[in-house]
Formats: sequence, C-alpha cells, structure tokens
Amino acid sequence: MISDLDFWVLTIALGIGTFLIRFSFLGIFGGRQMPDWALLHLRYVGVAVFPAIFTPLVVWPPATDGQIDPIRLTAALAALLVGLRVNVIFSIIAGMATFYVLRFVF
Amino acid sequence: MTDLTARKAFWRGYLDCAPFTLIVIPYSTLFGVVARDAGLDLFQTMTMTVLVIAGAAQFTALALLQDNAPVFIALLTALAVNLRMAMYSAALVPHVGHARLGVRALMAYLMVDQAFAVCVKTYEERPDMSPAAKVAYYFGCMMLICPFWYAFTFVGAYVGKAIPAELSLDFALPICFIALTGPLLRSVPHYVAALVSGVSILVFHWVPWNLGIMVAAILAMISGAQTELYLRRRAAKGAA
Repeated sequence: MISDLDFWVLTIALGIGTFLIRFSFLGIFGGRQMPDWALLHLRYVGVAVFPAIFTPLVVWPPATDGQIDPIRLTAALAALLVGLRVNVIFSIIAGMATFYVLRFVF
Repeated sequence: MTDLTARKAFWRGYLDCAPFTLIVIPYSTLFGVVARDAGLDLFQTMTMTVLVIAGAAQFTALALLQDNAPVFIALLTALAVNLRMAMYSAALVPHVGHARLGVRALMAYLMVDQAFAVCVKTYEERPDMSPAAKVAYYFGCMMLICPFWYAFTFVGAYVGKAIPAELSLDFALPICFIALTGPLLRSVPHYVAALVSGVSILVFHWVPWNLGIMVAAILAMISGAQTELYLRRRAAKGAA
C-alpha cells in the first residue's frame, strides 16, 4: 500500500519537475534562433526516441515477464509495415488486430 | 497553406489528432484502473493525472511506489522517463518560440508524445504555415488529447477492476509508439537513426533510472545527423 505522504510528495514533485522539463527550451530560448547543428539533430528526435521506448516493450514485454513472444513481435512488425505504407491509425489497427487474431488462433 | 487562418489551423490540428483518441482512451482508462489497484483513491488518481499528464511517467512512478521504492528514486525514475520531452521542447522552439510566455507555459503543460509527433510532422511538411497558425494548430492537437486523458482516467478509476487483464491493453502502448515512428521514416538518415535507437536501447537497457532511453536517443540523433551530412557531402561531390 502506498502511504499518503509518499504519494503527495511524489505527485507534486513529479508535476513540477515534468512541467519544468517541458518548459525548459520553450521557456528559456523562446523566439531565439537555434544554431544549425541543433536543428540538424532535432530533425531526428522522433525517430531517435520512439524506437527506444517501444523496442524493449516489444522484445521483452512486461506482461510475459520479459519472455520473447512471437505473437507480439509479429504484431509489432505488422504495425510498422502498415505505418510505413499507410498512416498512423491503420498502423495501430493493424498492430492490435494482428495481436488479437494471433492470440485467438494460437 | 499560407492563407490558413488560426481558427482553421486549430480545427486542422484537432482533426489530425483525432485518431489518437483510440489510443488515449484505453491508455488513460488503464491508468485509472491501475492506480485504484495500487490503492490510490479517486481524488489522488485524478490529481496525479491532471498535474503530470504523462502516462509513461505516471505508470513508472506508481509501479515503483508499489514496489516500496524510496520516493526519491520513484521521482527520479519518472522524471528520467520524461526527459525526452526536453528534446520535444527544443524541437518546438523554431516553430512556436515566438509566442508569449504565458502561452508557451500552457503549451509546455499540454505537451504529450502523440500530439507533439503530429505537430512536428505537419510543421515540416508545411514550411509555409504562418507562426500564428502553428500555435493554433498545436492547441488544436492538445485540446483533443488532454480532455480525453482526464476523462478516461476518471472512467478507469471509477470502473476500477472491471476490466479483464486478458485484454492485454498494455500492448497498446508499444503499438502506439510504432505507429508514430512509421510515418517519420522518410529518408535513409531517418532509418539509420531509428535502427540505432532500437539496437542501442537493447544494449543500454541495463542503465539505471531509464537513462538508457536518453543514451539510445542521443546516439540515434548523432547517427541520423551524421548520415545526413555524409549523404549531402556525397551528393555535392557527385554534382561537382
């Protein structure tokens, strides 16, 4: 059980800290031009962060205690391929549909 | 799109982010359910969701507290999960950095992964968008996602344990991030960055406090940028 004190200290500090992270550059450098080297690297923020979030969740899913699951790997691949060819929403549908269908079949 | 008014841009953002309700609904519902399972009451659950609005960090903080981790460690871990948003913040500066401080503070509070990804994609595809339209577009994106985030956390917290674990809603999270990545893979450097990111996180997963994500992201950004520079140099040489 989580104690009330722990919860409130954590939540308030996390709320403030998260806001400060989000506000960091927008708040400090707002309106100023960023240098070319920064813009060059920032073009790759999305493709640099998202695979680092989803790869471990696909390869070592917490729901299977980190065991590799061929169904999840296949569903992830389906989502990626459809995402490349079509768009975000069909990618999600393809991924979740593949996941549920394969789980139903196997 | 030069003639795009702020009002039109707002609704364009609203519609462009509409598909994400399909992700936000199960995800926020799930958070509500998990929070109640962990012993939080309705008020605590909602306070956390409104103050933080960052699903991955909320799940992380909750899991660690439940694990009897010290508050300090739970806080640092959750903040580490959120560090990626400093990069989002920086990436938004060239597009919306001109806005008033109060407006930027509100933009910062509302910053979430999915809407950020949609915004940056649109800004890059439409360089002729006016600064005012970019700000309006941003709020259109966030205004769709955030109310759903609050509302369905409440539903989840209220409904509680009625959602069966067999639904494996947990898998909606990686699928969502994959779906966000696919359309971003527009060029060879983007592929290189994504590949380096995915491989690096498997190598650096052991790094404590989720800092492996930052390591992987930094390596991936450098790889993408260097690949772009290399291809540019090669093209220049070919032209000469």
